[in-house]
Amino acid sequence: MRGYAGRLLDVDLSSGSISETRVPEEDLKNYVGGRGLAAKIAWDRLGAEWETVDPFSPENILLVLTGPLTGYYPGSKTCVSGKSPQSNGLVGSTVAGEFGVDLKCAGYDGIVVTGRAEKPCYLFICDNHVEIKDASQVWGAAARETLRFLVRKTREDVSRIRPRYGEAKEPSILYIGPAGENRSRIAAVMSKYSHAAGYGGYGGVMGSKNLKAIVAKGFGPLPDVYDDEKMLRLARRFAEDCLENTWFRRWGTGGGGYSFGAETSSEPVRNWQTEWHNKRSYRREEFDKYWVKKNWGDFGCAMTCLKLAVIRKGRFKGAVCDNPDYELEAYVGTNLGIFNPEHNIYVSYVVNELGLCGIQGGAVLGFAAELHQRKILSKKDLNGVELKWGDPRGFAALAEKTAFRQGIGDVLAEGVYRAAVKLGEKKKRNLLKYAVQEKGMAIGAHGVRSGRDYISSRIAYACSVQAGDHTSPASPMRKGDRGELSSILPDSGVYCMFAAFGPTDSEILEFYEAVTGWRMTLREWYGEKALRILQLQRAMLLLGGPDFKWRPGVDDDNPPRFWEPLPSGPFKGRRLSRRRFEKERLEYFKAVGWDEKGVPKPRTLRRLGLTDVEAKLRRAGLVT
Amino acid sequence: MESLDSVDRVWISRRYEHCSGCRRCEIACSLQHEGKIWPEASRIRVFMLIPGIEIPHLCFQCEDYPCVEACPAGALTVNSQTGAVEVDSSKCTGCGLCVNTCPGRVPHLHPERNTIVICNLCGGDPACVKECVKGRWNALELVPAGSVASRKPLAKTPEELTRETALKILGKEVLKEALG
Repeated sequence: MRGYAGRLLDVDLSSGSISETRVPEEDLKNYVGGRGLAAKIAWDRLGAEWETVDPFSPENILLVLTGPLTGYYPGSKTCVSGKSPQSNGLVGSTVAGEFGVDLKCAGYDGIVVTGRAEKPCYLFICDNHVEIKDASQVWGAAARETLRFLVRKTREDVSRIRPRYGEAKEPSILYIGPAGENRSRIAAVMSKYSHAAGYGGYGGVMGSKNLKAIVAKGFGPLPDVYDDEKMLRLARRFAEDCLENTWFRRWGTGGGGYSFGAETSSEPVRNWQTEWHNKRSYRREEFDKYWVKKNWGDFGCAMTCLKLAVIRKGRFKGAVCDNPDYELEAYVGTNLGIFNPEHNIYVSYVVNELGLCGIQGGAVLGFAAELHQRKILSKKDLNGVELKWGDPRGFAALAEKTAFRQGIGDVLAEGVYRAAVKLGEKKKRNLLKYAVQEKGMAIGAHGVRSGRDYISSRIAYACSVQAGDHTSPASPMRKGDRGELSSILPDSGVYCMFAAFGPTDSEILEFYEAVTGWRMTLREWYGEKALRILQLQRAMLLLGGPDFKWRPGVDDDNPPRFWEPLPSGPFKGRRLSRRRFEKERLEYFKAVGWDEKGVPKPRTLRRLGLTDVEAKLRRAGLVT
Repeated sequence: MESLDSVDRVWISRRYEHCSGCRRCEIACSLQHEGKIWPEASRIRVFMLIPGIEIPHLCFQCEDYPCVEACPAGALTVNSQTGAVEVDSSKCTGCGLCVNTCPGRVPHLHPERNTIVICNLCGGDPACVKECVKGRWNALELVPAGSVASRKPLAKTPEELTRETALKILGKEVLKEALG
């Protein structure tokens, strides 16, 4: 087997047992890695009882998976998955950093964590030395303190394992902040300071297992590949594509904070009350003065589109974070009425330290602020927090309450959808009309009403198997467009889509073949394998539970606010056509082999060899 | 010991605050010397004791080569052409004395063989530098060895270099919280 380490680490935190599993070659060929393999493993282990598995129970599994391209492709990721406490389906959530590379060098393609530890712990991996260690010292700690402890401790531990090695490098670390520990549904699995696997809410899953962190150090080489020369030749080409992309290298996605508002009118402003702003104070150049690193990145990346931002003086001195990418510029910026880069950097820093997902966290803070604006939530309801659009301190204070589930924070920690339902019951009002979300997840910061965003499909979120995930949008798949299937490739190969603007899908599959030695045609991938992964994810999303289930068709809809006309800006008055939406949705369902409600057809499932999925959907009454 | 730098000798200058953390130098180095992508076997290792403070760490070629002096097995020699330290793996016992003598604690054991690895400047045309310059990060640059008056004072441990760099770009308070 080439490109894979060939084994997974299986850790049961309840019993403390640690073992290794081999994934059958056939499964690797069909499900590749990352998101695809996560769907397969989760289905095999939990599928039969999916609706009853509480995502925060010991039964849920936390998956940390690499892919065959991880480490070789010039821009790597690690995929985190399991049953999502947001969508109740399965989300492949990726995070940048060295973790996947260290894991592969340690000899594992991934980790499957089950059970729940009695006490706060962290998982230590150094090649064959795998141990569950005590984390009580950093339980409750935010990012900086957690990393300081784990880096120091792990370097000492590694030096004990390899006493004469010399200076030990730091391990790669995935961790949670207080938000995850307190089982927030909107907690991210974090890496470095602001790298996050946000979508899905797997930080809360880690917290429910009393698992503060996973540290990995691998001393081996990356697994051998099938055709070294070809792999390296293609990797060099892909890297050169990145190096030539001077605009993206210069600005990263954070180049969009002004333009998605002013030009495409698709940026959330004050909890999506509008999608347009023209604040010149928010131009990309205004962020530049806070950058201490302009071209920052992770293992092997040639794009290095990240920037490191530091506030050196004034009231917010000491704030350090990845310069807000577009999503955070929007969600903890414009969505909170913040148009000042310094304030945006400060709130980013605060949510990162707390381990909240920037998107989900920013969405729920904006939601609370709108309820306050409408006098639905009083200052008393907010436990005295002074919440004003544009004021970073109020939002920082509310973020802290949310992470620790204090007072109003307890309900906000449930995320926008569940907070709207719960507060709505309490206030006896329909608050879902202010909740801009999809199947339990706040959506990416890309509105679809103007039709000018890169996400322009009306059904992008409504039909995505990853619900609100803007990196996995659905579309009607016209004229060779692969729709959501195209995002399954980077999520399963587990490489960075922002370092992959250059290569075509065929070139990626060529690279995949050079790494694994397995040939895969575009037809096999899009007509069969990616489609199979999509069916599994759709099945798990529809089975849902235990707290909420999504009605096929009915809940494959846009958030209510998206049906209102845009209230301001150059596209003022533009609204989505319900008729076109329904037509596109039907086209899409048909293209991927679902019935008119979006339930996978028995014929589709049988063709893809998913008869157990068919049987399960039948038992659940979804297939009749 | 060598006292004069021959004119064509090169040295790798490092500007830590420019390092992107991409670690493409580690990839280039391990491919060059091991034929594989192997970060821990790379002669240049990027330390990241604080996220955002990345320290590419490799031999500084001290003028008096304390590691060569200290080696009890005679496994280390100075290449008269490049000025780089060469390791004779057949002689090295992996005792670790060179690590302890190095003011920067740079050498490290090969992760699979019990012998030390040290940057040999790829014979004068280092692969890591080419990669860094190609990406326009320029954290590593090739300079004439003679253009640096004294190299030994630059040789520091990863932690010392992290502190110096973090002090400059993050400030005292953040450094204390992030590293202790």
